[in-house]
Amino acid sequence: MEYILLIISAILVNNVVLAQFLGVCPFLGVSNKVSTAIGMSGAVTFVMVLATMATYLIYTYILLPLGIGFMQTITFILVIAALVQMVEIILKKISQGLYQALGIFLPLITTNCAVLGVAILVIQKEYNLITGVIYGGATALGFGLALIILAGIREQLELADIPKGMQGVPISLITAGILALAFMGFAGLV
Amino acid sequence: MNQMKNFSKGFLKENPILVLVLGTCPTLATTSSALNGLGMGLATTFVLIGSNVFIALLKNVIPDKVRIPAFIIVIATFVTIVDLVMQAYVPSLYATLGIFIPLIVVNCIVLGRAEAFASKNSTWSSFVDGAGMGLGFTLALGVLGAVREILGSGSIMGYKFIEGDGILVFVLAPGAFIALGYMIAVTYRINKT
Repeated sequence: MEYILLIISAILVNNVVLAQFLGVCPFLGVSNKVSTAIGMSGAVTFVMVLATMATYLIYTYILLPLGIGFMQTITFILVIAALVQMVEIILKKISQGLYQALGIFLPLITTNCAVLGVAILVIQKEYNLITGVIYGGATALGFGLALIILAGIREQLELADIPKGMQGVPISLITAGILALAFMGFAGLV
Repeated sequence: MNQMKNFSKGFLKENPILVLVLGTCPTLATTSSALNGLGMGLATTFVLIGSNVFIALLKNVIPDKVRIPAFIIVIATFVTIVDLVMQAYVPSLYATLGIFIPLIVVNCIVLGRAEAFASKNSTWSSFVDGAGMGLGFTLALGVLGAVREILGSGSIMGYKFIEGDGILVFVLAPGAFIALGYMIAVTYRINKT
């Protein structure tokens, strides 16, 4: 039950993009088409779960015993960067299909602040490994949900007659704002 | 003259938020009031200047192939310094900005300037570039924070000038997206004329 509440909270109530403002850059950058949005969400989910696991283990079993908790930021960003590279290489060898679907999005993920953000949040909130991984996965799903919805809306927007100055980024941001407003309706669900 | 231009380009012509649309996460998250926005902006400016200067100094030592990881380590070092200093001296601001202080490390502006400018230019120009870009970022954050604070809670810099609440949505998450959207549209307009 506790896990279900955690998942609902991470996907709908505290949506990573629309309520916590993590990962807004890819949210705006790759939401032109639904198909790319799905690919990006897949890649983020994959990396986020792995990264949460890896950073948690490193923090608990290496940084804490050595008393160098302040190295957290430096270590985490390096671990995530290395992990993304590794996933890319492994995926290329093992599954060509998956690599072609996710491959181009992988390098972009290193600078996705949602991945580092979740890794740090898991430590801050003092989750254990299982809760942390579930939280990471659910957050990634929330990211995917918001990304795919926005992509769907933007595909429709291409057909709309938008005032010149508002085209591109401004209208996407305002759409995202209205979307965030809609997601606020979920507040109080958990 | 040239350095002056280098310094001022970050304010409007190449403003990192309003024109390049980089670093949107901290922009949206920390501008619920003008003061928070300025605090975040100054923290990022410090990191930007520090990393720009160091990378410009080290650019001949860092091998080309591993330059990105090397840049990230330099940036992460400065972020850790800011993180610890703010925790010690401005704990209330640190608590409000929260996770977005360590997240300066993945702010695209910082790595972007390192790669696009500091790795190719002299130390002094890199310092000027970092200061200009950082202050442009701070300016945009301050203005966005002020707009949201005025509309959302009817106050400026914590000084309240109306009775009761403002348009509350501007302090909350959706207002951040909407206000930034309009600000970018206005900047397009100003830059075009």
